[in-house]
Amino acid sequence: MKVVIDQHKCVASGQCVLTAPEVFDQREEDGIVVLLTETPPEGLVDDVRQAAALCPAQAIWVKEQAEE
Amino acid sequence: MKRIVIVGASAAGLTAAETLRRRGYDGDLTLIGEDPHPPYDRPPLSKQVLTGTWESERATLRTAQQLRKLQADFRLGQAATALDVADRHIHMGGRESMGFDGLIIATGVVPRRLPDSDLAGVHMLRTLDDALALRAALLAGPRVVVVGAGFLGTEVAAAARALGLDVTLVEPEPVPVRRPFGDRVGALVAELHRAHGTRLRCGVPVRQLRDADGRVTGVELGDGTTLPADVVVLAVGSTPATGWLTTSGLRLGNGVVCDALCQAAPGIYAAGDIASWHNPHFNTRMRLEHRMNAAEQAIAAVGNLLGDAVPFAPVPYFWTDQYDTKIQAYGVFPPGAELRIVHGDPSNGHFAAAYGHEGVVVGVLGWNTPREVRMLRRLVAERAPWTAVTGACAPGSTTAHRPLDLRGGQ
Repeated sequence: MKVVIDQHKCVASGQCVLTAPEVFDQREEDGIVVLLTETPPEGLVDDVRQAAALCPAQAIWVKEQAEE
Repeated sequence: MKRIVIVGASAAGLTAAETLRRRGYDGDLTLIGEDPHPPYDRPPLSKQVLTGTWESERATLRTAQQLRKLQADFRLGQAATALDVADRHIHMGGRESMGFDGLIIATGVVPRRLPDSDLAGVHMLRTLDDALALRAALLAGPRVVVVGAGFLGTEVAAAARALGLDVTLVEPEPVPVRRPFGDRVGALVAELHRAHGTRLRCGVPVRQLRDADGRVTGVELGDGTTLPADVVVLAVGSTPATGWLTTSGLRLGNGVVCDALCQAAPGIYAAGDIASWHNPHFNTRMRLEHRMNAAEQAIAAVGNLLGDAVPFAPVPYFWTDQYDTKIQAYGVFPPGAELRIVHGDPSNGHFAAAYGHEGVVVGVLGWNTPREVRMLRRLVAERAPWTAVTGACAPGSTTAHRPLDLRGGQ
């Protein structure tokens, strides 16, 4: 799976960092999402999916391998 | 369970549908939504869609292909009109009805109206069509009066000012957003609006709307003055959309009354703006009109419908964007809560504050400090003693809380 973010949609809520801190961070200056890894390990997949579902700006997608 | 129906196809309803599929539910799934548009996001409606920074399509939550992959029957533009709990049927007007084994109620809220809400030039903002109609009206360059300085009203005023319009914001309370944030932050929001050229009339109620030939011409205030207006936006709160449930026998109070699992009756759950439930974290009943809660509660309600039996105990999160300022908040902000600035300085436009109530931290607020407020969230999640914020040393306090260290960590 591959994680995709849209920094223009991001509202800097930081929910993704709370849910999957190994995969997401926030920019120092404005809190906009930063992706730490596009291809997180298997053990973090559920957390990433949860982060995508919770994101209040819908700025995170998870692409399955078939879609890449 | 073979057939699950979700009533309401906005953020909560859509998240419920996606969660069901993600959790492996492969039975029949129907979403009934009164709004004719495919599910869209509401926060941008009073911000980017109103200012035109975004084309309205950008607020759409999913592509047609993503919706197809859900293998759900979307009944958009169709309203549920009644619920028969004993018979486990949804009625949809006329003769159409639909049986279910499991039901998620997510019909949200409707804007509160005033007696003259039907006048031409008077707008409310809840749906995408509302936003597009208001945007079209604003493009004509009108004098705008916004009634109600809660989150919606203040955001609409900011958007109208961003379009260069003459804007007055009217609010019966002494400052904007007073109910959620109290006097001090409310005063800062007032200052923010004044600095951007929005006129404020706070502490005075609206007496009535003035009109000529069915078109609004102004807003008459309680002190007898009249604000001339070509467009009036009513942002005076909303009420849960429970009309279709009045004959159902479900307990309705301020919304659909649920238990801590978000359950209203066996197999029937509610999520999002319409759901009133007992939040064990704060040991209080609440109903939240926050975007974040729509998703979070939908995930929890679906989990419990599938048998999780986990009480829904979130730390609420919400935010508002006005001009170039982002205000973010975690927790609850009861009247009478004490406020303490814990980071930065309000006078330079970057700070974070904690709110204490009955000896514990119940809320934190960030003003242009997204990272810091996220780190401070744990004060609310851990029910940190208020003394951890004020610096006083409480008898028997532990050293577990070091709230003011914002370097690193999560």
